[in-house]
Amino acid sequence: MQEAIGATNKAWPSMRWSRPCLPLWVVSWLQAGPLALVLFVLFALPTFLFLIVSFFDYDRTGIYPAFMLDNYHDLVNSPATIRVYLSSLKFAFIVWAVTLVVGFCVAWFLIHHVRSGTIRTVLFLLCAIPFWTSGIIRTIAWIPFLGRNGAFNQMLIEFRFTEKPLEFLLFSDFSVIISYVNLFTLLMIGPIANSMAKIDPALLEAARDAGASRWRTMVDVVIPLSKTGIALGSILVFTQVMGDFFVVKAMSGGQSASVVSALSVEIQAMQYPPAAANSMVLVVFTAIMVAGMMKVVDVRKELVK
Amino acid sequence: MVVGSSGSVGGSDRRSWTFFALLALFCVYMAFLYGPMAVIYVLSFQGENGGVTFPMTGFSLVWFADIWLPGQMANIPESFNRSVTLAATVSILSTVMAVAAGLAFRRNFPGSAFIFYLAVASLVMPSLLVGFGIGLGFRLLDLKPSIFTSALGAQLTWTLPFGLLAMFAVVNRFNRAWEEAATDLGATSWQKLRYVTLPILAPGIIGVAMGAFTLSYDEYARTTLTVGPKNTLPLEIYALISSASSPTLFAIGTLTTTVSFLIIGLTVLMVLRLQRRRLAATMKSG
Repeated sequence: MQEAIGATNKAWPSMRWSRPCLPLWVVSWLQAGPLALVLFVLFALPTFLFLIVSFFDYDRTGIYPAFMLDNYHDLVNSPATIRVYLSSLKFAFIVWAVTLVVGFCVAWFLIHHVRSGTIRTVLFLLCAIPFWTSGIIRTIAWIPFLGRNGAFNQMLIEFRFTEKPLEFLLFSDFSVIISYVNLFTLLMIGPIANSMAKIDPALLEAARDAGASRWRTMVDVVIPLSKTGIALGSILVFTQVMGDFFVVKAMSGGQSASVVSALSVEIQAMQYPPAAANSMVLVVFTAIMVAGMMKVVDVRKELVK
Repeated sequence: MVVGSSGSVGGSDRRSWTFFALLALFCVYMAFLYGPMAVIYVLSFQGENGGVTFPMTGFSLVWFADIWLPGQMANIPESFNRSVTLAATVSILSTVMAVAAGLAFRRNFPGSAFIFYLAVASLVMPSLLVGFGIGLGFRLLDLKPSIFTSALGAQLTWTLPFGLLAMFAVVNRFNRAWEEAATDLGATSWQKLRYVTLPILAPGIIGVAMGAFTLSYDEYARTTLTVGPKNTLPLEIYALISSASSPTLFAIGTLTTTVSFLIIGLTVLMVLRLQRRRLAATMKSG
């Protein structure tokens, strides 16, 4: 390491050091160390902890150190596990697809079609402002909107689109998906717009001059150059939906469950070891999905330039 | 599927059909975003005998007054104070750490990949599980969870990675030539940081601070298992939802949105003033 730094110094002989300096890597660790330490102690260690607890034994009064695989065995053999995973995956996939299309189009509109910087900033703020209202309140806001006598049904009846109020709007998969899309589209717009803003307009002009149609320019130029944003947005949306327990509970009217809502029931019942085993499975599952997405796009290389 | 493309490149002033298609989509998205919020703002002024759905039975402010009455279930003003104090603490801590780390990530250093993936993992970890892990740790160590220990820690695992990612975007736009110029003029590392780097990054740093504040202020999934006996505002709202449903909930929503607006407004003003001052300074020196 010392040699490497020496070489760096030689490469730029004009760089002056006013006082003896710490090696660069020490400076870097002084800067990034606090963040790393906090994340290590508060995220990595607790995760490791429930890995250990997932092998513990338990009864109604407490948990006991042990090494047994029963918690995992029970989990994998329960049909409920597969059901909640499939249900969560279904929601995650639909919401991902919808937010990707909407987020991509909105980002493209803001970055490419809006010409004035001020208007763009204002429109971005318009997209972001609801994000500053509590997610809980934004979720339950759909109840008076979608309900039987809700604003939307009354509008439909007013304009004679329907005779009777629509029932499927609220407390259904539909309302769960609507809430997710409402909550998470911004997570897609932000990273994609950030990637799109870096695209050199000359490239689009070149594509057009070379005779590419709008569609071809989109597929061959814009989408490949936005892929970091697409990957990052997808990771955020996917993991948010997989980790949710409130929206499913509030908006499905108790008809659907998610992995985490099932888990929170176990935690409330103080069944920590099975809850820990369940958590471990979810963590590994999420990690595999995220690693897969990061394999497609080297997010780190693109972000840290 | 609507796919937009160039209509403005090349300087032609005629808008293409894709512009109008995307404009329409944007308007629909805005209606989708604001429609339900507008409904709760209206319903928060529900008449005294009204319920949580339409029709409105009148116009009143009782539901707002209700917020300040100490109810059986919830104490909104106190939990609001706690939430704001906690959010401010989280915001300061995350900004300092994320900015420092963001600066470190401008060069490659041994272990940078480890820290990066640690942050990504922390970001994508299902929120409730973070709280579960920390809660479990406190239990095993025989510590009592409370707002400014376990809950603060749980929120940091969320705001720090976000702050770091935001700092990447901020730092990317920073031109290293400014720092090199400062070094060439004989500035020490500290002077360089204090008088060159931080002032140039200031608007972005304010953005990171504001982001961390709002993430913490709204957070409930990580906090719920780590908060201890005293609730934050989102948890108090959460408790209210499951216990009672009255337009008070909507009044709280209207009020918290107003608070958020004030915070955003102040921040935007601050950034604008910073930019104007910088512009004035450039004009003077030029």
